[in-house]
Amino acid sequence: MKTIEKQNIQHEFKEKMDYDELLNCMRCGFCLPSCPTYIESGKDEAHSPRGRIAMMKAVVDGDLEPDEDVKRSLDLCLGCRACEPVCPSGVKYGHLLEQARDIIYQNKKQSIPEKTVRHLVFDQLFPHQKRMIGFTSLVGFYQRSGLQKLARNTGAMKILPANLQAMEKVLPAIPKKKEMKNRTRHIPAFAEKKKKVAFFAGCLMDTVFLSTNDSTTKLLQHAGCEIVVPDTQGCCGALHGHSGERNKAKKMAKKNIQAFEESEVDYIITNAGGCGAFLVDYGHLLNDDPYWAERAAAFSEKIKDISSILIELEFHKLDLQVDEQIVTYQDSCHLKNGQKTFMEPRQLLQSIKGVTYVEMQDASRCCGSAGIYNIVESEMSMQILDYKMEQTKKTKAKTIVTANPGCLLQMKLGIDREGLREEMEAVHIVDFLLRALEKN
Amino acid sequence: MLTENIIKTLQKIVGSENVDCKKSSLLVYSYDATPQFQSPPDAIVSPRNTKEVSEIIILCNKHHIPIVPRGSGTNLSAGTTPLEGGIVLLFKHMDQILEIDEENLTITTQPGIITKDLIEFVESKGLFYPPDPSSMKISQIGGNINENSGGLRGLKYGVTRDYVLGLEIVLPNGDIIRTGGKLAKDVAGYDLTRLFVGSEGTLGIITEATLKLIPKPETKKTMLALYQDLDAAARSVSAIIANRIIPATLEFLDQPTLQVVEDFAQIGLPTEVKAVLLIEQDGSPAIVEKDMNKIADICRENNAVEVSIAKTYEEAEALTTARRAALSALARLKPTTILEDATVPRSEIANMVKAIEEIAQKHHVKICTFGHAGDGNLHPTCLTDIRNEEEIERVEKAFEEIFHKAIELGGTITGEHGVGAMKSAYLHLKVGSAGVEAMKQIKHSLDPNNIMNPGKIFAKSERKRVVVAR
Repeated sequence: MKTIEKQNIQHEFKEKMDYDELLNCMRCGFCLPSCPTYIESGKDEAHSPRGRIAMMKAVVDGDLEPDEDVKRSLDLCLGCRACEPVCPSGVKYGHLLEQARDIIYQNKKQSIPEKTVRHLVFDQLFPHQKRMIGFTSLVGFYQRSGLQKLARNTGAMKILPANLQAMEKVLPAIPKKKEMKNRTRHIPAFAEKKKKVAFFAGCLMDTVFLSTNDSTTKLLQHAGCEIVVPDTQGCCGALHGHSGERNKAKKMAKKNIQAFEESEVDYIITNAGGCGAFLVDYGHLLNDDPYWAERAAAFSEKIKDISSILIELEFHKLDLQVDEQIVTYQDSCHLKNGQKTFMEPRQLLQSIKGVTYVEMQDASRCCGSAGIYNIVESEMSMQILDYKMEQTKKTKAKTIVTANPGCLLQMKLGIDREGLREEMEAVHIVDFLLRALEKN
Repeated sequence: MLTENIIKTLQKIVGSENVDCKKSSLLVYSYDATPQFQSPPDAIVSPRNTKEVSEIIILCNKHHIPIVPRGSGTNLSAGTTPLEGGIVLLFKHMDQILEIDEENLTITTQPGIITKDLIEFVESKGLFYPPDPSSMKISQIGGNINENSGGLRGLKYGVTRDYVLGLEIVLPNGDIIRTGGKLAKDVAGYDLTRLFVGSEGTLGIITEATLKLIPKPETKKTMLALYQDLDAAARSVSAIIANRIIPATLEFLDQPTLQVVEDFAQIGLPTEVKAVLLIEQDGSPAIVEKDMNKIADICRENNAVEVSIAKTYEEAEALTTARRAALSALARLKPTTILEDATVPRSEIANMVKAIEEIAQKHHVKICTFGHAGDGNLHPTCLTDIRNEEEIERVEKAFEEIFHKAIELGGTITGEHGVGAMKSAYLHLKVGSAGVEAMKQIKHSLDPNNIMNPGKIFAKSERKRVVVAR
């Protein structure tokens, strides 16, 4: 890193970092056993929440230069926020991490390939739902046209890095472009209407995982919800917020707040833990913007995960059934640590006839997916995934249920890596619940 | 600063991957859980076995390089802060349980194992290792031994010292000695085991320990007694003991502590009362039942407004886990929490609680009190802001008075956190100048070059604690 970059970063740390929050960490170390990178790095304090906070504070205090090692330490953080619920002092680590990464990435010159990729992904693709549809339909064409088969058979895939190769194998079948474009915008309740809700469809969820979104709205209908799906909504911006692109995230947040403001609903429902936690945080993201702060807070108030509303509307008391099997649940970090929703998915699963629910050891420990972490920090991600699969196998589960698209793909990858495709399946909780509902 | 040659030699001893001199790493090993103390080491070294430890210590002794052995850095007396730089020694490669001996009821382990992992392991065999410091989920056994850690079960079961049977120690001259053993009786020479337990890393490096185990108690019950008056709670503590009952745990929490703990744990703790006692008894079901009934009666006689027993194991576990978070939870209220662990004979608990209240008022500082009331070990914790120098000065004065009061009541300046750097200026209050001198002679004869954790236990002068900025 250049001296001038370091100086700028140091200066902005002083200006922008929340010093009270940094001081709030009293260094007791209670976070250490919850941190996946601390554990997997052989208990290296530099890869622990306490260590990262100490570094941030030292940069503000002028005791430490923000060098490559500091950046490395912050980069290697999954952002899973498992340290937050175990922190007796209530340090908001996630906020500190976002602030610090934002300052570093906005002030550090990036290499041209890195810059190009970040520009393509963060500016050109995710903020534009139409382009998301266009891009994913290309992938769909690749899958359906026989190109995929050809690429795999000829070994052409080998030009991709190993981590992308692996990801390519576990991607679900992409829906057709027409399906993605013709999303229904207003859906009535099946039974007696109990609530009116808006559905936050998400960018990836409404393309790659469109069928999971369809399952979600069906479950909501059965639970007695009238659903609106505002068409001006877009990507939640979590990917940006977590990757040092806070201003872009703010722009996307504003767009979403506007999109949902008019719909006058009881709740805004999400089915992706990662998005949900970021939506819940819009209030914080925009708290220094007088025009938006209140609107953002009102928006965040309404966010509710699908499993949470299903329990509230007593969906789990319906007749649900699957073939006899052992089921385990992998927490979505942000659903648990960001939205404090972890009992509800378990309760839903346990209410299905035929399910023997077995809790896996460390179910709430991150699976290593963490947004694009499994692509950019592949080595650590796979180390974390191996531990996760060890625990999964011990449950002897046939089905691993997750509540976030990233976790779902990662668990599919884990199953694939272990050669367990025949014995084990990873599935999003809503797809599993719909299966259980439709069996009757 | 370490010369390049020394770094190279260290790399040769432990492998280059186990010597870390990155600036960011030095920063994150510059502190422990003690506020106000921070000082970076020159290198972080992770030996893989006792032989390497010995080679490192010989090198350091030759060049007068300080060594600070460090567990997980949860120390509360700045005992693991490398005040004079040098090497921080980690035990991440020496973290294995070596043997569990179910005939002699002992476990032999390397120092780097996490306390709770060891406890769970022995409990899976139907055995019991009682010392349970609040940091047990994080702390390492090596750290516990060096600090002679206490815990919630100290009242009935004693502290770490009472469970260490034997040690393997690397002395500052590089010699490797073994003390004690799997023996109930052993009077061969000085009891070096006891000398090293609680020596705060100032005499040598512990590389292996044999610990005593006991059979796991059959059952356990947990009770909360609620009070509208601190004094009544404190009097109950003395009354329980006076009635010939030794509970496994007898913890005291005042209202502000209760409120923050509830804020964190959200388990429905009573926050409207002035104080609670958290009481546990273990043993055979009949005895536990009898003791708990008796304790409940005593609490009521001493004006407890309510007494309730946890209905399930989970509920009980939630209560003790919440208690362990008390210190850190207090950090919710103010940026800086300074904690002491003045300890008095248990009969003086009520007097001590009263004195703390008065001292806090006198110096206009906010002190919350919780702690192991049953063994007289209180944790008065001052809520302050390190940026407010004037207030910090008052905090210092208040604590100094608390120390004096504890000594006056027949107590000590530290019950379980150690002297470290934080309380070194007060050591003479407890042991006297001649006592300090005797300790210094022991230190000097084993570690003539003062390489082992320098700056701890012994103050440069007997004066008030110096406040280090940050």
